[in-house]
Amino acid sequence: MDFAYMKLVLPLYEKAAVLTLKTGLEGIVFATLAGLVCAVVLYEKVPVLRQLVMGYIEISRNTPLLVQLFFIYYGLPKAGIVFSAETCGVAGIAFLGGSYMAEAFRSGLENVAAVQRESAYSLGMGRLQTMRYVTGPQAAAASIPAFLANVIFLLKETSVFSAVSLMDLMFTAKDLIGLYYKTTESLFLLVIFYLLILLPVSLIGAAAERRLQYAGSGT
Amino acid sequence: MPDLGLDVLLKGNNFIRLLEGLFVAVKISLVSVALSIPAGVLLGIIMTGKNIAVRFFTKFYLEFIRIMPQLVLLFLVFFGSTRSLGWNLEGETAAVIVFVLWGTAEMGDLVRSALSSIPKHQYESSQALGLEKRQTYFYIILPQTLRRLLPLSINLVTRMVKTTSLVLMIGVVEVLKAGQQMIEANRMNSPNAAFGIYLVIFILYFLVCWPVSMAARHLEKKWG
Repeated sequence: MDFAYMKLVLPLYEKAAVLTLKTGLEGIVFATLAGLVCAVVLYEKVPVLRQLVMGYIEISRNTPLLVQLFFIYYGLPKAGIVFSAETCGVAGIAFLGGSYMAEAFRSGLENVAAVQRESAYSLGMGRLQTMRYVTGPQAAAASIPAFLANVIFLLKETSVFSAVSLMDLMFTAKDLIGLYYKTTESLFLLVIFYLLILLPVSLIGAAAERRLQYAGSGT
Repeated sequence: MPDLGLDVLLKGNNFIRLLEGLFVAVKISLVSVALSIPAGVLLGIIMTGKNIAVRFFTKFYLEFIRIMPQLVLLFLVFFGSTRSLGWNLEGETAAVIVFVLWGTAEMGDLVRSALSSIPKHQYESSQALGLEKRQTYFYIILPQTLRRLLPLSINLVTRMVKTTSLVLMIGVVEVLKAGQQMIEANRMNSPNAAFGIYLVIFILYFLVCWPVSMAARHLEKKWG
């Protein structure tokens, strides 16, 4: 291990990690919003929109992110729709993540006992109020583990960003291997940086799951 | 309407080449699945054991594989292992190694959770009936876990197929690479080919994965 070299390239990795995190998190925010909308549409069985959402979920879940990104980044500009590499990464994560988030929230909503909703209606609450005060909060708690699992999954998926020439961690590592031929050191730093990003989320996820188990055993 | 590259696909044997590329991806995933299912079942059974050292080691393996992006694993094997061990590895072989390592971990975890979801009294009753440990597994436990496992492992197949798109990054000529080559070759006479070709690849992947996902969901409903 050449530590002098590792110290030299550390700032490059830091920059790449920040970019990976920033693009990933932006994508995750949009994916969460899309997932929320889709989940509510599915749960409330809104006609027409429901079929559209189901179609979207099937398409997004059954195609790889890399292919989605290639289409957005290299294909769409030919039809006149141009994105920057970063926007493209965010859009890709949002498109892929939206369906996974939708599934997480939908199963959370379906986890809430029907009697909760019915009681709220019989108390004279409207659909929105029921969602806001009764089913929503309970579903949110129930979907936290699945949500965090999706966050990890999506952060991992950002590793394909290098294919659309975003200077993320993978790109930096590959570039440095090509430049200096220090394969072992470059890959070691790559693994360390991904661990730094993903391990905390994974630990939070495990803790959340345990706490929810306690909460569940109380009922 | 500008030309969006569908004619490039119909030129010569281009579409066949695309399908061949897709076949490479599917082949890698099928070989990996075939190898990782038995290995995963074994790992799952080992993980339910009581030996602390074994449990720690398998847990470590599982967590490391699952937390690392698959592309990082591909790089570690394709660039890292060839450099530090000084051997030569083809892209496809490296891909199969990574996908077997990954598939074994995922499958192992599925098997472990399926095994531990079998109620304890099933083990105890079969013991009370005088069955040996091996007989218990073979006749009582495994048939029950199989039902829970099958839909989940079919899902693993679609995840594998989707992940094989990454092998492009270690120089395997699969469907995306074949598409890239076609776009490059026709840069002059059909500059907009990227749209059509990547759209077709998108649809091809969907056509491979979607039926498999549907089958998994059907089984899950039927047996779940």
